[in-house]
Amino acid sequence: MTDSKYFTTTKKGEIFELKAELNSDKKEKKKEAVKKVIASMTVGKDVSALFPDVVNCMQTDNLELKKLVYLYLMNYAKSQPDMAIMAVNTFVKDCEDPNPLIRALAVRTMGCIRVDKITEYLCEPLRKCLKDEDPYVRKTAAVCVAKLHDINAQLVEDQGFLDTLKDLISDSNPMVVANAVAALSEIAESHPSSNLLDLNPQSINKLLTALNECTEWGQIFILDCLANYTPKDDREAQSICERVTPRLSHANSAVVLSAVKVLMKFMEMLSKDLDYYGTLLKKLAPPLVTLLSAEPELQYVALRNINLIVQKRPEVLKHEMKVFFVKYNDPIYVKLEKLDIMIRLASQANIAQVLAELKEYATEVDVDFVRKAVRAIGRCAIKVEQSAERCVSTLLDLIQTKVNYVVQEAIVVIKDIFRKYPNKYESVIATLCENLDSLDEPEARAAMIWIVGEYAERIDNADELLESFLEGFHDESTQVQLQLLTAIVKLFLKKPTETQELVQQVLSLATQDSDNPDLRDRGYIYWRLLSTDPVAAKEVVLAEKPLISEETDLIEPTLLDELICYIGTLASVYHKPPSAFVEGGRGVVHKSLPPRTASSESTESPETAPAGAPPGEQLDTVPTQGDLLGDLLNLDLGPPVSGPPLATSAVQMGAVDLLGGGLDSLIGAPSFVAPPAAAVPANLGAPMGSGLSDLFDLTSGVGTLSGSYVAPKAVWLPAMKAKGLEISGTFTRQAGSISMDLQLTNKALQVMTDFAIQFNRNSFGLAPAAPLQVHAPLSPTQTVEISLPLSTAGSVMKTEPLNSLQVAVKNNIDVFYFSTLYPLHILFVEDGKMDRQVFLATWKDIPNENEAQFQIRDCPLNAEAVSSRLQSSSIFTVARRNVEGQDMLYQSLKLTNGIWVLAELRIQPGNPSFTLSLKCRAPEVSQHVYQAYETILKN
Amino acid sequence: MIHSLFLINSSGDIFLEKHWKSVVSRSVCDYFFEAQERATEAENVPPVIPTPHHYLLSVYRHKIFFVAVIQTEVPPLFVIEFLHRVVDTFQDYFGVCSEPVIKDNVVVVYEVLEEMLDNGFPLATESNILKELIKPPTILRTVVNTITGSTNVGDQLPTGQLSVVPWRRTGVKYTNNEAYFDVIEEIDAIIDKSGSTITAEIQGVIDACVKLTGMPDLTLSFMNPRLLDDVSFHPCVRFKRWESERILSFIPPDGNFRLLSYHVSAQNLVAIPVYVKHNISFRDSSSLGRFEITVGPKQTMGKTIEGVTVTSQLPRGVLNMSLVPSQGAHTFDPVTKMLSWDVGKINPQKLPSLKGTMSLQAGASKPDENPTINLQFKIQQLAISGLKVNRLDMYGEKYKPFKGIKYMTKAGKFQVRT
Repeated sequence: MTDSKYFTTTKKGEIFELKAELNSDKKEKKKEAVKKVIASMTVGKDVSALFPDVVNCMQTDNLELKKLVYLYLMNYAKSQPDMAIMAVNTFVKDCEDPNPLIRALAVRTMGCIRVDKITEYLCEPLRKCLKDEDPYVRKTAAVCVAKLHDINAQLVEDQGFLDTLKDLISDSNPMVVANAVAALSEIAESHPSSNLLDLNPQSINKLLTALNECTEWGQIFILDCLANYTPKDDREAQSICERVTPRLSHANSAVVLSAVKVLMKFMEMLSKDLDYYGTLLKKLAPPLVTLLSAEPELQYVALRNINLIVQKRPEVLKHEMKVFFVKYNDPIYVKLEKLDIMIRLASQANIAQVLAELKEYATEVDVDFVRKAVRAIGRCAIKVEQSAERCVSTLLDLIQTKVNYVVQEAIVVIKDIFRKYPNKYESVIATLCENLDSLDEPEARAAMIWIVGEYAERIDNADELLESFLEGFHDESTQVQLQLLTAIVKLFLKKPTETQELVQQVLSLATQDSDNPDLRDRGYIYWRLLSTDPVAAKEVVLAEKPLISEETDLIEPTLLDELICYIGTLASVYHKPPSAFVEGGRGVVHKSLPPRTASSESTESPETAPAGAPPGEQLDTVPTQGDLLGDLLNLDLGPPVSGPPLATSAVQMGAVDLLGGGLDSLIGAPSFVAPPAAAVPANLGAPMGSGLSDLFDLTSGVGTLSGSYVAPKAVWLPAMKAKGLEISGTFTRQAGSISMDLQLTNKALQVMTDFAIQFNRNSFGLAPAAPLQVHAPLSPTQTVEISLPLSTAGSVMKTEPLNSLQVAVKNNIDVFYFSTLYPLHILFVEDGKMDRQVFLATWKDIPNENEAQFQIRDCPLNAEAVSSRLQSSSIFTVARRNVEGQDMLYQSLKLTNGIWVLAELRIQPGNPSFTLSLKCRAPEVSQHVYQAYETILKN
Repeated sequence: MIHSLFLINSSGDIFLEKHWKSVVSRSVCDYFFEAQERATEAENVPPVIPTPHHYLLSVYRHKIFFVAVIQTEVPPLFVIEFLHRVVDTFQDYFGVCSEPVIKDNVVVVYEVLEEMLDNGFPLATESNILKELIKPPTILRTVVNTITGSTNVGDQLPTGQLSVVPWRRTGVKYTNNEAYFDVIEEIDAIIDKSGSTITAEIQGVIDACVKLTGMPDLTLSFMNPRLLDDVSFHPCVRFKRWESERILSFIPPDGNFRLLSYHVSAQNLVAIPVYVKHNISFRDSSSLGRFEITVGPKQTMGKTIEGVTVTSQLPRGVLNMSLVPSQGAHTFDPVTKMLSWDVGKINPQKLPSLKGTMSLQAGASKPDENPTINLQFKIQQLAISGLKVNRLDMYGEKYKPFKGIKYMTKAGKFQVRT
């Protein structure tokens, strides 16, 4: 007799029949009826109509019947909230039952009934159960708090359940501790700001003790929680690592991976010279290898994580290449991941083995896998120089097979090999040309065309080859069209005599017959270049190409560090931070690896002293109001005739001060002394692919004449405070010079004359570059507009806030003082574009604690618009990448005093909030740079 | 945490759903079906599938997809491990895990699932404890229940659940006290055309069947524990003792369990007990190809190789094969192009071979890919890594148990490229 009988009811009055049985007097019949109901429920039939009848069966001492009714209740209570109240009494009674199993069952079920009215009744029993003498009940109650929080978060907070839950972390029973941690973690996820899991050395110690004794699932919760803790120094990190390492030998792979996460994160704090560091590295490899012998689904998740680990710490698995060799019956998703890791681990030592394997894979059946294998060969050639020759010959062998997709992939990678090792393997071009006709994929065609254009002088019939492509120009994809255009122009520059007709043809095709703006623009640019200055055209089109980087698809270092903190989670499977995909942005807290802290410095907590700012400095630099006035009054505000001398004296003073103490106060941190490498002129010759954007660089590199964003004038000094003189103004920056645009209005009844202006010492040395020229006396109600040029050669003193400026204005009536804030972007200089390589090096070089992250909300612009708008204010986009649907803009800017600020702007299409990460050796400016971003983008 | 579970058969029907939080509509599985359609084979369905509001994590076992639905950031391994545990539990309860069996026991399945998770948090996953909470169905019990009206749901709190040894129930009693340990090793290897080993590793496990009265405390020591440098233990094993003395010391769960699994990596020299000689050739012009395989023993330490089967996926261009085996039976499926040869025992004096011709599609060019040969075999009384148990001792109880140790070596993923 099996349960399948429950499905074979009579066709007609199924519900009716069940109803009768449920109300039967016989216990046995009742139970059978409930089972039938449950069976129907499991296959998705609607049996909610039986609610009252089933609930009636609840009051029973038969535990199985009770459980079955509870199962039913959980499923249907939501659809019948009024009826569900009927069950409350039984629940409350059951919570007092002498049998702990029943108490736990009651509190557990009650939490699953997602009806508001019931939750009110739940509070009292839950409070009791949280303090129950039986740990089984306590651990069930802990989870119940999380359930209740999901239904009614406010209620949980009001009732103080969160505090009780926190107390349970110190419970004597490890299972209770684990469940409390799990519940708190889940609650914390929906409340990213709340500091629920307040971890300190004492609580960490309790967790570590519970870790040894609780169930495997509990261990996962505890390890994930530990991973969020930042040890205070390397000694604490090491002792936690020591206690976590035994988890690496656990049979449950999730425990192993969570332990790996804790170790990878805390290892960051250990010094590499430490013996323990080496031991730990050695211990990490075996468990990771073991994960690869598990079921394919587990392997997949493990491989995605290993991919991160080998990027962060290649030394962990460098001897384990063989375990990543592909078995032909591995699922395709495992095969592709293994291949990826094989390339990451490829080195001179193992390249022969790897190549032999890859060649083997290239003859497999699965097309996707074969393609990736061929590409992998190309990546090996680029990564391991010594192997390039063998890779090329392997690729040639593969081309000989004439298997269409293999040939196409091979040509795509050979193009990259040519880029990486110029003038080495061009002898194979003839072989490639033989396969011209079989290419039908855009990427392969584009690659082939690039090769023909690049080596036009060596290919006798280059013009014929390119001409043959030109016939179907309009049917080609944009990629091929752009490539063809560039290739023919290259050909023309190399062999001008024979190809004039061809180049005319392609230029007219691109400019007149095409609807594609990219193509058209590129066509016009070439056309003009060729017609005005063929020499320049040669310099641009045939310029030396920058080398391609070794590994093309490395994860950004910042993203990688963040992902390391998410090992074992969905984020690690997608290689995206949770903020990129977690529903509704809930719980988005950026995690970062802990900085390396030696125990000798441990007395000073890292938050209190940001790097580079000696404590106490602020006291010196923030002048009190009184000092300030004094300072200004001491300035020589001469009569109007002595206007010019005034300016010079100010400049002189500034110059003197520059050498004196003023400078150091801002430049206090030694890191200022050497700004990272001088600005390299915009990269003119960047080839194909990014052609268009590079051409834009050409224009922008010269200097933006349009000028940066100017805020509308604001009233700085109201007339009331200045005996009738009203001053409003704004700051502008145009073509490299800063000015203060003032509007002076006379609201008094007498004529004003003898104007003069002075600035107090400020953070960036702003000072008037010329005297305030008000030519005619200002008669009542008259307004005059003046543009006062400013220089940054004035004396420097750090102000608080950094961008505040105190100004004194004098006229024949009195001296007036006011203070204003200048937007930082007026200080962004026009040669603030950093070279890509320098940018990358600098970004890595600046310590992570100098990084600041901001959110720019409600900005509807797309990446192009953002980039061009910022560029007009001298924030330059150095590089742009699209990482899994998000646009990452890497930008640089330089302040007048030589401070570089590097920025990473993350834009998700469709999401008006951007994430801005700023790195700078002087972290104090970050906040103001962020404000500048806000101002520029939102106006 | 885990929201819901859907069980889906290979024809794409949802035949069971269970929700631990609010009900998630079945329509979420449409994303899974899409992925299933895209994948050429059931094995290739990706284990993690994102949907706009949920994530679907699945495992494929016994021709059933177990699809878990999650909504927040949950460690995927946690979910996948749990799903495998569900499958193991079903197998443990019902002997086999298949769609008809699950349908037959749907109420027990539902009760078990409810015990395994609470609000998505694992509750009881040890089969020892589950069986105390919900008794597995047996014919006798079903009969008894129908007559006496008693239930198959335990009404006592499982004793082990909160003790220091949660994996063992108390009050165990046996008349025959016995403890059996099976050392089973699987060789995963890739052998290249010329017969040299590309990679070979050993996945070993020690499975135990312990039926001992009371609270026995066992120690197991090895002759050569140095072999075991990469191990995963059952939670009952005392890790400190292993670290310091290389001795396994544990209070065993009752019944069947996996004491430890280990891995002997490719860096150690792994003995390959069998070799395959092959000559498979396609000629460009002719529509006939030659096919010849011989299997022979290599490093077997004098033991017999049994249960040998050879399978190979031949290229699409092969229409049919006419082969003669020297022993055993062979089949070739012209649709799937799968050749399988059940060899049986290998007699070193008379090596088994399979010879003949393949008929190829006329006029078609030579196939691009070479078939890979898959090998299955067993060797009794041998652990190929050389691992040997030294002794097994019991403390804490007075009686003398019966002890037994068995060794076996099997082929895991053993592939020969041609």
